[in-house]
Amino acid sequence: MENDNRLKLSRREMIIGTTAAISAIAATKLTSIEAGESNKIALADVSFVVNGKKQHLALDTRTTLLDALREHLKLNGTKKGCDHGQCGACTVMVNGRRINSCLSLALQHEDDNIVTIEGLGSPDKLHAMQAAFIKHDAYQCGYCTPGQICSAVAVINEINSGIPSHVSTNLNQSPILNNDEIGERMSGNICRCGAYSNIVEAITEVASKAVKKAR
Amino acid sequence: MKFDKPAGKNAIDQLKVVGKPIDRIDGPLKTTGRATYAYEHQIAETKPAYGYIVGAGIAKGRIEAIHQTAAKSLPGVIGVITASNAGPLKTGRFYADRLLAGPDVDHYHQAIAIVVAESFEQARAGAALLRVDYVKSKGSFDLKKAGASATILNPGRPSTAATAEVSSFEDGFKSAPFKLDEIYTTPDQSHAMMEPHATIAKWDGEKLTCWCSIQQINWGVRDLANILGIDPKNIRLISAFIGGGFGGKGTVLSDIVAASLAARLTGRTVKITLQRTLMFNNTIHRPATIQRLRIGADADGTITSIGHESLSGNIPRGFAEYTTTSTRTLYAGKNRMTQLKLALLNLPEGAAMRAPGEASGMMALEIAMDEMAAKLKMDPVEFRIKNDTQVHPENPKRTFSTRLLVECLQTGAKKFKWESRSKQPRGKEEGDWLLGMGVASAVRGAPIMKCAARVRLSNKGIVTVETDMTDIGTGSYTIIAQTAAEMMGIEINKVVVKLGDSSLPESPGSAGQWGAASSTSGVYAACVKLREKVEQMFGFEPGTAEFSDGKVSVKNKKYSLSKAADSGELISEDEMTYGELSREFAQDTFGAHFVEVAVNKYSCEIRVRRMLAVCHAGRILNPKTARSQVIGAMTMGVGAALMEELVVDTNVGFFVNHDLAGYEVPVHADIPHQDVILLEDLDPTMSPMKAKGIGELGLVGVAAAIANAVYNATGVRIREYPISLHKILESSYNLEENN
Repeated sequence: MENDNRLKLSRREMIIGTTAAISAIAATKLTSIEAGESNKIALADVSFVVNGKKQHLALDTRTTLLDALREHLKLNGTKKGCDHGQCGACTVMVNGRRINSCLSLALQHEDDNIVTIEGLGSPDKLHAMQAAFIKHDAYQCGYCTPGQICSAVAVINEINSGIPSHVSTNLNQSPILNNDEIGERMSGNICRCGAYSNIVEAITEVASKAVKKAR
Repeated sequence: MKFDKPAGKNAIDQLKVVGKPIDRIDGPLKTTGRATYAYEHQIAETKPAYGYIVGAGIAKGRIEAIHQTAAKSLPGVIGVITASNAGPLKTGRFYADRLLAGPDVDHYHQAIAIVVAESFEQARAGAALLRVDYVKSKGSFDLKKAGASATILNPGRPSTAATAEVSSFEDGFKSAPFKLDEIYTTPDQSHAMMEPHATIAKWDGEKLTCWCSIQQINWGVRDLANILGIDPKNIRLISAFIGGGFGGKGTVLSDIVAASLAARLTGRTVKITLQRTLMFNNTIHRPATIQRLRIGADADGTITSIGHESLSGNIPRGFAEYTTTSTRTLYAGKNRMTQLKLALLNLPEGAAMRAPGEASGMMALEIAMDEMAAKLKMDPVEFRIKNDTQVHPENPKRTFSTRLLVECLQTGAKKFKWESRSKQPRGKEEGDWLLGMGVASAVRGAPIMKCAARVRLSNKGIVTVETDMTDIGTGSYTIIAQTAAEMMGIEINKVVVKLGDSSLPESPGSAGQWGAASSTSGVYAACVKLREKVEQMFGFEPGTAEFSDGKVSVKNKKYSLSKAADSGELISEDEMTYGELSREFAQDTFGAHFVEVAVNKYSCEIRVRRMLAVCHAGRILNPKTARSQVIGAMTMGVGAALMEELVVDTNVGFFVNHDLAGYEVPVHADIPHQDVILLEDLDPTMSPMKAKGIGELGLVGVAAAIANAVYNATGVRIREYPISLHKILESSYNLEENN
């Protein structure tokens, strides 16, 4: 894999107490609680754009893009459902294409342009897909929803760009926007509450409006 | 307020807000990523430490030693918590499992240690460096084998589903001209909700606050207090948003205990989420069952005897899966027998998952009904209608409060074009595909529980509702807002709802499909009190004013509602409690599921083509969110029918497929457009809301309807769930050769 990140591995001291403060109310003896001998860890710098805003982070090299968003940038809209690329709850768009943010390290994204659910819209200014999800009740617990919405927005772009899927009948023609195509392309996003039927309706509504606009 | 006689006309019956398909009020937060779930809370002025749970690598035995030196010397690692420094721990009062193992290990992936570090990455790396010495012992992991020494529950736990006999089942069955006697099995299943169990724990002196993901806040406080040995008054639980539960987050599990212990021992605020791969074996699941159904009938299709025996397994003190509940209420039949057996297993704990008992029981009963209809050469819809009963089959003096099972079946059959179904199995083809239709009845109890709420009226005319009820995706926020808006005569956007905080009035939480009916009734009671306070402010006799369009009026005297709070916020609190109506009447919800499947002639791949549910569940408070509950349940039913199975390794003693790649749940491509019909119904015996739950009803029967559709398509009867294609391929009925 090519990696053009210029990692500046600095050994920054994290200001961490070497002994853990121990709560006075603890019921038991705490002699076995000890801090690690060294709190020095290697951090690497990375810069990328998230929702239009340039971000500079110094991260533990093991940090995934998902954890960089959630734990470091406090953008908790992107969800951790499995941390293994099995559920799709962490879907974000990187340079216009959707990925599972749990499956890539933050340091792989130097200079990338990242859009999360927070960047699509806000409660006061909903993206068309967010509004359609509300209208069609295309969610229940809401935990997979940011990933579903990011995927849905990307799926419409993929179909409009002529990218075929497993169910496309003809690779030489542009894929048609229908339930089979939507169902196939959205199948990386699990919704255990089972809102699929409503999600497809929400996506279809937004997609058909997009097509009308294009015409 | 005590509800002890059937409800008459009340303010809810105006139906200006209640009963309308209103968009969820939490929709803008959820769809924009602004709804805050447990792990995501930012705790002011604290930098949290991260905990990582280590699960046991054996199913049964003892921990000799946990070598921690390497882990502790890692940068950022703050400490390691194990049973040896955790202090004494008890168990909760619902789940039987010990939530931190050591020295004994009771099941695979039971938590044995928590590594706490400054970052998630450091905690995870530390956890990977723990070395554990175990002494394994033999365990019981095979339900079928363990069944030989199973205990018959009498009366059992819960007692309502214990062994029961009416008339003489054996004699009745023996003399019946048409008989069915078959064994059905259902596998272990996992809730697999999208948000993993997660907690942020923070101690302030003796006070413990946990931002967590728990469906029943009151049970959570009770159980955490019991486990840690502290005063429940010192615990505050906050679960404002819950990323799915389905019973899998009923009360305290290992994440909250681990976070609380870690926070106590390190003096830090600690956040922990159960990693997905631990969830399946560390927490609870719907236990596997082996069920025997016997049905005897006369030639005209009258059931004369019905017997249902069921075996499940669990850890010591765990529940039996009470699969026979539905069999006791659904169909008529003079001679009846149900029996539950419980075997000892050393697998993870089996406990409630969406429609516990009924979901697995109906997976068996409703195939049996289909098989019996075939033996009788009767239409399966007609056979069910023939055996409907309007009184409880075990106690004819007890009538159902409302029961429209027949209407559900008839309405569904018409809408689904049931008459186009081939009467003969394997009678319909389309290219490479065999088509079939299946039906099943649905029944689920309609419990209702005591619930308290507080309502506040501000001088801006805003009504704020407070209760520790949770919204696990069910729509609680919205239906509670609708209830308050209706009661106070205001628009829904004038209502603020605060949920999921144990410092608020106590609710029974989200479980057993009692949440909607119970919590809105609690809000109703509090609103009745608030209305009286408002009337008092305006000098009206209590109970005389009309609350409408933001105004309060008696005859030609009319005031703005907000004016009542001019000299200060008005606050009322009350709870709804219940009398004997639930004993007097059998209170249940009913439905019918219709499914069409296509089965590939060559690969035996099964595709669900059409699904319809007809439900009758009291007043529907919000048809939009109620419908979503039902389609979600239907989706889970597709999983149960076709793919969901925790595979038991009976040598090692664990669920092998413990992640979302191995434990398959339905995805978009598996689910067709789903139709739901909600029959009009009011049940005045339930509460002033006249409503019942619907979230579990939608699941009960779905899997059997699919199994029956597969039979109708192929002629192959599969009695072992899930109906994976290899079972059809391997069956004696070779689809092609018989063509």
